[in-house]
Amino acid sequence: MTTGPLSMRLCHLYPDHLNIYADRGNIAVCQRRLEWRGLSLEVVEVGLGDPIPADCHLYYLGGGQDRDQALVAEDLERKADPLRQAAEDGAVVLGVCGGYQLLGRGYAGSDGRRLPGIGLLDVETTAGAGRLVGDVVLDATLSGQTRTVVGYENHAGRTHLGPGCTPLGRLRRGHGNNGEDGCEGAVAGHSVGTYMHGPLLPKNPWLADTLLGWALAHAGHTERLAPLDDQLEKSAHAAAAARAGKKR
Amino acid sequence: MGMPSLPRGLAAGAARGAGRLSQRLGRGGGTTLPGLLLNLLRPESTAEMARSIPGGVILLSGTNGKTTTARLVRAVLDASGTKVAANTAGANLERGVATALLNADGAEVALFEVDEAALPALTAQTRPRAVTLMNLFRDQLDRYGELEHLAHRWREAVSALDPSAVLIYNADDPVVTEVASGHPNTLSYGLEDPRVGRDRLPHAADATECRRCTAPLRYDMVTIAHLGRWSCPACGWTRPVPDVRAIRVDLHGLDGQRLAIATPRGPIELSLRLPGMHNSYNAIAATATASAFALAPESIGPALAKREAAFGRAERTHIGAVRVTTLLAKNPAGANENIRTMLLEDRPLHLLALLNDRTADGRDVSWIWDVDYELLLDGDRLASLTVGGDRAYDMALRFRYAGFDPERLSIIPSVPEALDAALRAGSAVGDIYVLPTYTALLELQAELASRGLAPSFWEDR
Ligand SMILES: [Zn+2]
Repeated sequence: MTTGPLSMRLCHLYPDHLNIYADRGNIAVCQRRLEWRGLSLEVVEVGLGDPIPADCHLYYLGGGQDRDQALVAEDLERKADPLRQAAEDGAVVLGVCGGYQLLGRGYAGSDGRRLPGIGLLDVETTAGAGRLVGDVVLDATLSGQTRTVVGYENHAGRTHLGPGCTPLGRLRRGHGNNGEDGCEGAVAGHSVGTYMHGPLLPKNPWLADTLLGWALAHAGHTERLAPLDDQLEKSAHAAAAARAGKKR
Repeated sequence: MGMPSLPRGLAAGAARGAGRLSQRLGRGGGTTLPGLLLNLLRPESTAEMARSIPGGVILLSGTNGKTTTARLVRAVLDASGTKVAANTAGANLERGVATALLNADGAEVALFEVDEAALPALTAQTRPRAVTLMNLFRDQLDRYGELEHLAHRWREAVSALDPSAVLIYNADDPVVTEVASGHPNTLSYGLEDPRVGRDRLPHAADATECRRCTAPLRYDMVTIAHLGRWSCPACGWTRPVPDVRAIRVDLHGLDGQRLAIATPRGPIELSLRLPGMHNSYNAIAATATASAFALAPESIGPALAKREAAFGRAERTHIGAVRVTTLLAKNPAGANENIRTMLLEDRPLHLLALLNDRTADGRDVSWIWDVDYELLLDGDRLASLTVGGDRAYDMALRFRYAGFDPERLSIIPSVPEALDAALRAGSAVGDIYVLPTYTALLELQAELASRGLAPSFWEDR
């Protein structure tokens, strides 16, 4: 360990299997937004059979094809203890799409098979008839602040929240968790699950910085993140919100 | 539908009339409307019309390269004096095929490029004499679903083929190889020159696990995405030695390439005006398809040498003193090949990236984050960048997070205005490269046509 600028660690779980919705965009956003503030980020990639380090500040799980998600579910169940411990200690855990389902209690497939989840989020997912696909706009609430978040969803799972977590936000457009209750995503402590890709973080700098701020605090850093020039991010956010649900 | 099927002649007459009317009203060339109507009026029409083609039907499908490959096969058939019916670029759903069959009077053979998702239905309807399966890449997940899902549907299409039909397939693609493995009559093709391979899989390569036992595949050579020389160290499943194989590939930048191909009927030397390894694949796919029709090897080379790039596929136009090279970029595998091809050029690159999110493009623009645009920033090759289209800001963000200085970036959503800005930026070197999505390509083409520079889309043959 050197005594240079504060180094953060991000654990990217299963980059070879869970990468279907351009998940590396989310990693790139974490990396750059820390670099632009003079901080550095070390990305630790963990694949099938590799142990999960307990000392990362941020953990990321993306989405995969059904077949890959099944492979991952069994592997993750066997080795999730360090991840659960890190989450309990305040590390940030972000799961997108399939990764969201894996953070929950489990996934009941249409073939009757049940994929295990690791239970960081009190949610239960069941395969539905037909996929929920399209633009998403929601009013998301984190750390007492509510902001608009934009994205795209494409999932067969219908996710229902238990009492142990709260929704990430209320939908203005899109299907969200289950197409029924107007809610999207789930939050418990610093663990966040969502169906929104696009990818999620590039067009939602507020969300990215909220998660990075939590991670920074978990790393023992007491200062707040310096503001960045997010003109492009805001324009892309506005363009996506304007086109959401429009016939095209 | 409760509607009774119309008699054959009446249905065809009504459909043709609608096409002529549409053309007269300036609503396009009627490349799909007559077929759409025909399929409504008489659903069995496609099957009936296909049966009446004496030499049978050839279908070509795959995520990338089907338009170019169909043009290449067409060139060989034309050179042999065979009268061919074909669909026009992009009209590759059931209605486009039905329209082409409606206009197939006197054709001896029908050759259709077919959308990946439409392949099962069109295989059932046209009872093809040959099917060429080129590749399956990650593409428009909102429209096609997962690659596994398409592979499953292709498997069903193959099992419904007539056993005597020739199945021509890309042995370098493990997904396609597995799809083809049940069929008795196959002809495989692949790329064998180790000099053009890379040693590791690119980001976002799908299907890199064994299709039989799920162990990770071993690659002795990677060409494009998950294509290459693969084998499974766990169960022994291995890429078959291709029947038609490119043993030498010499890429000459954007000008073209030379290929030495071994076929069961003898060697072929090809000199192509089409650049890049993706076109090496298209050329061997076309060669394999043509050789399945017992066309003499010596007739293939001269026929292919004449073909220019298809609409928007490394197509070159001049606007004033600036040469404009257009490389359709609609999914990560295709965009990555375009980038590799551009990098073969030894000069500063002025790039115009056009991103639309309409239905034909896929409404989900996530895929741009799977493209290795970073390669353009290595060695500072990108002299200027203009982004345009409905989602210009998404593309701008993609490059910002790749590390490109936003100060050097022009963001102009309007395609004509973005084109002008890119032309100004590239005027010093006299060259620009355009990477458009599909509907952005149509917009670009319409803009060029309005400036008197290019034929209208539906005139493309
Ligand atoms: Zn195997």
